[in-house]
Amino acid sequence: MKKILILLAHPRFEKSRTNRFLLDKIEEQPGITLNDLYERYPDFNINVASEKALLTEHDIIIWHYPLYMYSAPAMLKQWIDVVLEYGWAHGSRGNALKDKTIFNALTAGGARESYAHNEHNRFTLRELLVPWEQTAALCKMIYIPPFVVHSTHLLTDQQLVEYARLYRLLLQRLSNDEPHLENVRQYEYLNDWLLTDKEQLNHE
Amino acid sequence: MSSAFLHDALIYLAAAVVFVPIAKKMGMGSVLGYLIGGIIIGPFFFGFVGAEGKDIMHFAEFGVVMMLFLIGLELEPEKFWRMRKLILGTGIMQMGATTLLCFAILSIIGFTWPAALACGLALAMSSTAIVMQTLREKGLTKTQAGKSSFAVLLFQDIVVIPILALLPLLAASATHAPSGGQSTFLTGLPGWAQTVTLLIAVNAVVLIGHFVFVPFLRFIARIRLRELFTAASLLIVIGTAYLMILVGLSPALGTFLAGLVLATSEFRHELESDIEPFKGILLGLFFIAVGASINFKLIIDNPLEIMALVCGVIAIKSLVLYATGKISGLSFDQNMIFSLGLGQVGEFAFVLFAFIAQLHIISARASDVMMGVTAISMTVTPLLLLLNERLILPQLGTREAVEESQADYIESEHPVIIAGFGHFGSTIGRFLRASGINATILDNDSDRVELLRNMGFTVFYGDATRLDILKSAGADQARLLIAAIDSPEINLDLVDKTKQEFPNLTVMVRAKSRLDAYELLDAGVENIYRESLDTSVRLGVDALIKLGFRKYTATRAGQNFIKYDEEALRLLAAHRHDQSDYIFQTREQISIQEELLANDREVVPNIHDHAWDSEAYKGQE
Repeated sequence: MKKILILLAHPRFEKSRTNRFLLDKIEEQPGITLNDLYERYPDFNINVASEKALLTEHDIIIWHYPLYMYSAPAMLKQWIDVVLEYGWAHGSRGNALKDKTIFNALTAGGARESYAHNEHNRFTLRELLVPWEQTAALCKMIYIPPFVVHSTHLLTDQQLVEYARLYRLLLQRLSNDEPHLENVRQYEYLNDWLLTDKEQLNHE
Repeated sequence: MSSAFLHDALIYLAAAVVFVPIAKKMGMGSVLGYLIGGIIIGPFFFGFVGAEGKDIMHFAEFGVVMMLFLIGLELEPEKFWRMRKLILGTGIMQMGATTLLCFAILSIIGFTWPAALACGLALAMSSTAIVMQTLREKGLTKTQAGKSSFAVLLFQDIVVIPILALLPLLAASATHAPSGGQSTFLTGLPGWAQTVTLLIAVNAVVLIGHFVFVPFLRFIARIRLRELFTAASLLIVIGTAYLMILVGLSPALGTFLAGLVLATSEFRHELESDIEPFKGILLGLFFIAVGASINFKLIIDNPLEIMALVCGVIAIKSLVLYATGKISGLSFDQNMIFSLGLGQVGEFAFVLFAFIAQLHIISARASDVMMGVTAISMTVTPLLLLLNERLILPQLGTREAVEESQADYIESEHPVIIAGFGHFGSTIGRFLRASGINATILDNDSDRVELLRNMGFTVFYGDATRLDILKSAGADQARLLIAAIDSPEINLDLVDKTKQEFPNLTVMVRAKSRLDAYELLDAGVENIYRESLDTSVRLGVDALIKLGFRKYTATRAGQNFIKYDEEALRLLAAHRHDQSDYIFQTREQISIQEELLANDREVVPNIHDHAWDSEAYKGQE
């Protein structure tokens, strides 16, 4: 069983309905560690050694955050800057994260359709996530598609419960090492992979 | 109002206003300024005040009465209990040995044994007024020497009660029977009855304090008239004193007891702030009167006798004190301050000698001589302390400055000077040192200076407000001066001097409270750090977290609050000058608090703002 580390960066978690649904009692699932960065480092003074130790202990890393202005809250950038050191995470001798799996799990206010070339967000979400993908590549990690919850403020509680179930299913399947990563990478979102698999199951 | 009264008031106030600033400028302390002022206006020099000096003295002794009331007020019973070993140990040693030595010597030069014993007891007293004032001005109250001095003085102040009770017994065994003189209730009684009366009076004050004063003050406080409370405070002090005089006892002791009783009541701070200004003025008047009452004619007529007595008394007292300090473990420097500081004969001696003469234990002339000796010794000790500070300590003990050549070298290297290395300054020093910045430290606690030097700090010993010390600490070349002294007054003084003499030095100041911060803002200081702000807010942030707030939210709320409070401080500081009537300090504190509480509800915006809140977008699309 693979161990999963969720790096949560939400400056106002107590006000985020969506993320509370997604992460409610998440740690009760075996093999999952929730690292709540804003709660741990309210002064932004990140303990690099302890973060490195956490990364070393886990096989799958998740950048979990709300999408703000096409990017992540400041804490996560701070985390990337101070934890992913040259010579440890990247560089010719920086192999500490080699072959670990990493992806973004994010919540966005805008609808999925609005992230397109002819829509007002002008880029697809995958295009906007290019820096993350390349950061993962630099650290010799395996980057897989993001898990995304769109139109967060329009979702009903029922829909949120459904998303939360989907996220749990994802973590469970990744932890059981089910997917062939090459297979997963062809999807735009991990949501798509989970849903098609589900449809196939329903068909059979 | 008679013009004679106005004339006297004019002379005394003018003497204070002229001589105290001069003395302060010369680094001598206010006590010496008052004393010199008194000598100058006294009969020997200008003779502005003459025979009536003695009357003024009686009036001014009321300053001492008020001081004792305040000492009693400040002395919480727990504090008293914590210090009991120090008070009893050093007190008994000092009083016992001094009295014994004086008794022996006076007996040898021909005093009868009751007279020698009575005078010995009186001479063993030191001056609480001078010593406490001096220590406070020099910021030495919290050093070992300061604590030991306080303990000894306190013991003396208390032991006066039994001494006064015992003196009539001595009179009974003396050859003269008490007759004539001032007639009080006490003088008509036999010795044993006087002692019993005294004990009854002491207990009466304690009981009245508890069962009459406190309910009385509660009643007055409910009327909510400020000047009425001030009047009531004065009434209690004067009333107690008057009752004591009526019975024939020391008014100072009565008010000391009254203060002690009221220290546990809820009116403690209120009383303190009401009586304080009166005490200050009257004590100044007392010092002036002491200066004016020095009988120079007596000195000129018997120069050798008086000089021998003054030197002898100060020598005996200082030697005994030095031994006491040594035994209680004071280091050399601290012990020098302790033993020279308490070397004079105190104001209680005036009371005791008057009483002794009244009981005919000694003659009127002997009493005059003794009072002269007391007054002169009081004038001499501030001078001795000054000599000690300037001449003796730099030679023998903890050096004021490291050797000159070395000092020059170090100056250019240290960009920071920290004045005051108590709990506040030391944290700054440690942090700077950990960050690779070496600071030059100024401190006036020689024990601490020793320790810090051993730890490799560059430390200058002495009064940070002295220009020569600031100069040798490198104030011309340094970039920052951090004023971290415990006493707000000394910090303010330091800031003023630095602004004048070293305008290029950036000053960063510790402020104890909001009021201090206002004073500093008025003085034009920009970098003010209130010790009560950051730590309190940090605790508040942690309290929010313990109540279930997210840490980052609570942290931001704390940061915002500090920012808001700093802005409010500057706003209110300007606004403060609009208020036309003068408000006493504690009351001002309360009115500030009120204003703050009213405004606070609108701050800590982030608890309710929309940052990172996705709910805010709801319904917009």
